[in-house]
Order: sequence, then C-alpha cells, then structure tokens
Amino acid sequence: MTNPAAVLRAPSRRRNLRRPWIGWLFIAPFGVIFLVFLVAPLVYAFYLSLFSKGLATGTIFSGAGNYVKAFTDPEFLSGIWFVIRFAVILIPIQMAVSLAAALVLDALTTRLSRFARLAIFVPYAIPAVVGTLMWGFLYSPTFGPLTDLFKVVNQSAPEILSSGNIFGGLLNIVVWQWAGYYMIIIYAALRGIDPSIYEAARIDGAGPRQIAFRIKVPMISSAMALILVFALIGTLQFFTEPQVLRPISNGSITSSFTPNIYAFDLAFRFSQFNYASTISFSLGIVVFIAVYIFLFASRKRRGGLS
Amino acid sequence: MVTFIASSAVRLLSHPTESATASSRFFFRREPFTVKTKSLLAVVSAGALLATLAGCSPDVSAGGSTDSAGGDAGSCSNTIVNKDAPQVSVWAWYPNINTVVDMFNKSHDDVQVCWSNAGQGADEYAKFSTAIAAGTGAPDVVMLEAEVVPGFILQDALVDLSEHGADDVKANFSAGAWKDVSSGDSVYAIPVDGGPMAMIYRADIFTKYGITVPTTWDEYAAAAQQLKDAGGPFMGDFGSNVPAWFTALMTQNGQKAWDYESADPQKIGIDLNDDGSKKVADYWQDLVKKGLVDTKDQFNTDYIGGLANGSYATYVSAAWAPGYLTGAGASTEGDGAEWKAAPLPQWDPANPVSVNWGGSTFAVTTQAKDKDLAATVAKELYASDEELQDGVDTQTIFPLNQKMLASDAFADTPVKFFNGQTANKDVYIPAENAYEGYTYSPFTTYYYSELTKSMVSIIDGSKSGSESLDDLQKTMTDYAKAQGFTVK
Repeated sequence: MTNPAAVLRAPSRRRNLRRPWIGWLFIAPFGVIFLVFLVAPLVYAFYLSLFSKGLATGTIFSGAGNYVKAFTDPEFLSGIWFVIRFAVILIPIQMAVSLAAALVLDALTTRLSRFARLAIFVPYAIPAVVGTLMWGFLYSPTFGPLTDLFKVVNQSAPEILSSGNIFGGLLNIVVWQWAGYYMIIIYAALRGIDPSIYEAARIDGAGPRQIAFRIKVPMISSAMALILVFALIGTLQFFTEPQVLRPISNGSITSSFTPNIYAFDLAFRFSQFNYASTISFSLGIVVFIAVYIFLFASRKRRGGLS
Repeated sequence: MVTFIASSAVRLLSHPTESATASSRFFFRREPFTVKTKSLLAVVSAGALLATLAGCSPDVSAGGSTDSAGGDAGSCSNTIVNKDAPQVSVWAWYPNINTVVDMFNKSHDDVQVCWSNAGQGADEYAKFSTAIAAGTGAPDVVMLEAEVVPGFILQDALVDLSEHGADDVKANFSAGAWKDVSSGDSVYAIPVDGGPMAMIYRADIFTKYGITVPTTWDEYAAAAQQLKDAGGPFMGDFGSNVPAWFTALMTQNGQKAWDYESADPQKIGIDLNDDGSKKVADYWQDLVKKGLVDTKDQFNTDYIGGLANGSYATYVSAAWAPGYLTGAGASTEGDGAEWKAAPLPQWDPANPVSVNWGGSTFAVTTQAKDKDLAATVAKELYASDEELQDGVDTQTIFPLNQKMLASDAFADTPVKFFNGQTANKDVYIPAENAYEGYTYSPFTTYYYSELTKSMVSIIDGSKSGSESLDDLQKTMTDYAKAQGFTVK
C-alpha cells in the first residue's frame, strides 16, 4: 500500500530542488553582466588597494596601509571636505528649486504647464559635458555675456572660474542640470496622490497653500528622501563638471579638487593604480557612511508617514 | 550610471520572494512534461540572450588584421595597401597622420602600418599606461612626447632601440633632440617633431607703441612696462597650465632639474630651486604683480581668442605655434594682425641658450611582437621626404629630421602666418641646432601637476617665486622618496 505522505512529499522535494536554479537562470543574463562588469571590477579594485607599488619599487602587500595613508592624505581629505561642503550647500538649493517647480506645475492646469515642464527638464537631457562646456563659454570673460552686462554699469565682470568663485560657478551648473530631473520625480509623486484627499482638505477649509505644504509635501516625503540620496551620492562622486572646466580654470581646479578627480589622476596620469584603487574605495566608504547617517537620521520621521 | 545599475540590482535582488512565489504558482498546476518543456525553453532563451550579449564584444575587428604583428591594439583607421605584408599597429594623433600613413604603406612592401588615434597627449597616455598595467592592449609603436618617455621606461613599457638599429638614424637629428630620447647608451624613441622656443610678436602692435623687439628678458620687461604706460595690451601671458613652458624658461637660466639615468632607475637627483630658477620665477611674478602680463590658462578658446584680437603683444612659444594658431583659427587675415617671429629673449646675450617646449617621438612598446619590424616603422614613419614635406606643408610638425632642417627649400620657405617672413631660417632652425637637450624625470606628469600649483601661488602672490620653488623642491624630494627612489 502506498503511503500518501510519500506521494505528497515527492513532488514537493522536486519542486524545491528545481525552483532555485530555474530562478537563477532567469536572472542569469542580468546576473552575468552584474558579476562581470560590477562585482568583478570591484573585487579586483579592492584587491589592488591592498598592495602598494612605488614608481621605483616592486609591488608589496601592505594590507590596510594604503587606507591609513588615504585617510591621512591632506589632498584626499581636502577633496572630501570640498564635496561635503558642496553637498551641504547644493542639496537644499536643488531640493527647494525642484520642489517649488513641481508644486507650481502641479497646481497649474493651463497649456503653459506642459511647456514649462519640458523647459525645466531640458537641461537634464543635455549631456553633462556639453552643458558644462556651454557654461564654460557663458562664464568666459572673452566670449560670455557677463563682460557686456557689467560694462553697462561700468564694472568689470567677475572671473567666475577663479579659485574664490569656482564653488558658486559649479553650484550653478549642477543645479541647472539636475533640478529638472528631480522636479520630474517630485511631479510624478504628486500626480500619484489621490485627488479626493485634496477635495476632503478643501471641504475642511484648507486653502491652496495649506494643501501644498500640509498635504502634498508630507505625502511625497519618500520621493524627496529618494532624490536626496541620489543627490548626496552624486555630489560626493563629483567629477564630470570640474574635469571639463579644468583646462579653462586658470589652475583653480587641481588634481585633488574632488576625490574622484584625485583617483582618476593618480591612476591615469601618475600611474599609481594601487593607491588610486584605495582612494576610490575610501571614497566609497565615505559615501556609504554619509548615506547611512542620512537614512538613519530620517528613519523615524519617514516611518511615521509611510 | 553605476548608481543606477546598483540600485536596479538591489531592486531585483530584494524581491526574491515575489518571483519565487510567482514561478511556483506557475509550475505547480502543470504536468511534469510541460514543466520540462518550459524549463528547456527557458534555458534556450537565456542562452540565446547570452549569445547576443557576447556578440557585442569589440572583437569583431573591421581591419581584418589576422596576420597582424601585434594584434590587440584595436582595428586600423587606415586602409592596408599590401595585404600580405605583416602589420605594425601605431597610435598617433598628428593631424595629418592619415595621409602620412597612406604614403608609408604605398611605399613599403615589407611592412604595413595599422594606425589608430587613441587620443591626444594625456588621453593616449592614460590608455597606454592602463594597457601596460594590464599586460595587453598596447600598440606596437606609440607616439609619445619626449617628456613622458623616462616614466614609461621605468614601467618597462619601452624597448631599447639601440639594439634594433637606432644608430642608423642618429645622424638625422641634432644632438639635443637625440639626447631627449636617450639615456646613457640606450635610445628609447625616435624624434619626429620638436619645439625649439622663440618669441612671436605682433609687429603691428610693436609699431603702434614704438617698441623695439626685445632680445633680453630685461628688455622684455621694459617693453611690457612701456606698453602698459601707453595703455596698450598685455605683453604676454603666464598661464598656470603650461608647466612645460615654465620649465623650459627656467632651464634657459641654468636649471638642471633632474639627474637621472634609466640605466640606474632607482636614483635621482633633484635641483629645482637653484638661483637661476628663482630669478626666473621672481621675474615672472614681478611682471604679473605689475599687471604687465596676463595669467590666463593657455590652449583654450579664451586664450586663442585673446591672441587673435590683439590682447597680447607677444607669445613666448615654440616652433609649432604658427601651425597651431592657424589650425585654431587665429589667422592673420582680416583683423590686421601682423605676426613675426624673433629669437627667444636671453638672460645673458653673450651666452645665448636655446630651449625646447613640446615635441613628439615614436617609441616601440615591449608588447610589440616583432620588435625589429616595429623599430623599422618608428624609424621610417615621418622620415621620407614626401612624408616630411606633407608635415611641413600642413604646418602639423616642425621636423627634427636634418634632411629637412638642412634643406634650402625648408629654410627659404616664406611662412604665411608670418606674412612671408622666412621664420625657419631666421629663428627656428638656429634655435633647434643650438638646443642641447634635456634630462627628464620619470614622473614628469606629477612634477607638472605640482609645478602648476607653484605657478598658481606665484600668480596669486601667496608665495614669492623663490619660496614656491623651495616648496616645490621639498614636495618633489618627498614624492621621489615615497616612490622608492634614492635621492642623490
């Protein structure tokens, strides 16, 4: 006589065996690319970062030695300090601009709003290098409009790329480039809110401003947190814009201006691949810590809302 | 981009339960047979996808260089004339290289050049050093500026050409040009193009303000003051992004920065803050302070625009300048600009010193499979009369080959940029022949990066010229020690 339990168990064991590898097979195309182009280079870079090689010496294993050197390297630390300052100033401006644009566009119902949405988004569609080159020309005292503008009031135009002003010059480019993208994210989140909530608020006597700040903003706080994390990571890895502006910066963008530029120069100009890997990983550690601090700090507040 | 991949990966990996539930629901209701068919299909489709992705690899070479002497440097940008001959891959960025390679291939049955442009200067070096670190991917012959040659020798990237017949062509070059690419008895590259320095100036501006052409640096400073007092333009430019230029000017006043031989690569002598160099640094700081010269970065549209519209009366530059400026659009037509060339101002007119800025060479890489053949290309590319003439006609190179330098045709050529002045005979050929050569360090790019910082501090006045060179001496000594050199 057959044991009913055995009959039942047999297919279930087979299922348990098959299910994992079928699943893996489906993610294999992605998985292979993920492993080959992301995990493997990371592992290799980490491996490189554990060794040190001077120009005149052989490669020796130095363990954490490179990391100790990195976190006491004034060039690296000054780069980190720059991107942190940049993030602290940039992110609030960027968030305020994109939030304001999204709230206005959400409230508008005219045909103008579609055009405005596109116009604000266009800078993001322009490749970063092209956009930066364009700003480089606009900032130029020779070709840019500033010289003519300041001539009207009999003043000489400021050198925006001088070492004192470059911070603001870069800030302007990055806000211009990314505000539209963040605006779209916030706008999409706003469109996802059920309109009946507004109706209820209006019945309760809320005006447009109260709806905007008491209903809309709290309800899209998770989208705001998302773009904050994007902006934080992007800013700490700042590279493209200063790299493009470097040839016209009259020396104010040095080889250790941001950590990423430092890593790039170390590897590809000074042939120090090992130390460059260490710098990259050290930057990764800093980014991780920064994002973790942010998520930890914002956990309670967002937890209450979602 | 990386962030995007990472976040999508996280998204995909963080929902294993969802996909598992879906697939179990999907498979549970079906007969074993169907399950087999389905999984088979999945295998096939996944395999097909992978195959498609694999097809994207850049291995599909267009050049068809199956019998290439060195295969893995990418495909050729030129057409191969003699398909049976072995090929040598070359990286170079001369603007007229395409024409020259065609000339070379048509005139050679024994070897063919497979050329590609891997970027200009730093871009190419970045790729080249990556290829060296990887042990594969470098071309057979690579175009390098002389200043980076010792650095690549130290990375075991270059072949000693004295073992591959470099002496055959030694007589074609000035002693200085040959010294730039040699270390002791070894030769690591073949010179092609040089940059003997001179001063080009705007004769129209000089006439307008009644200035005579300065022959010493003191006269240069006096002329600058005269220009400023008369409300004229800047005399010149001290840009922080031309450390090679500043190095040449300090060398002119007796700086012997590096004591280094590739045969003894662990030892280096560094002397950047001698009195002569300090005098040069203080001299330029003084000009900057008095507002007699501008402090713009060079090689960008702003600076070229300034040269074209008369913001500068002189451009202390090298033999490639007229070609470069013509190419960049600073032409002499239309805007009344009248450029002339004059010898570089001197510190001691009794003992004039000639210096060099820029210039390029061909070197054979250690990854070349047939090193003799690659050396042949390094020696013979840009060496025939026809090829050299094209370089001269198109103003792309200032040839270092004596075949050209000694020819009357080259000497007597009226240069269009200088309104017909025979600048080669008057200025550049004598400058090249008087050039005594330079010993470069094996970490030129790092040195230039640090020198740029010194130049910035000279410009903004945060340090005196002398102080900034003292600091530079210390920085470079520390760097050399940290990199494992014994500092002499």
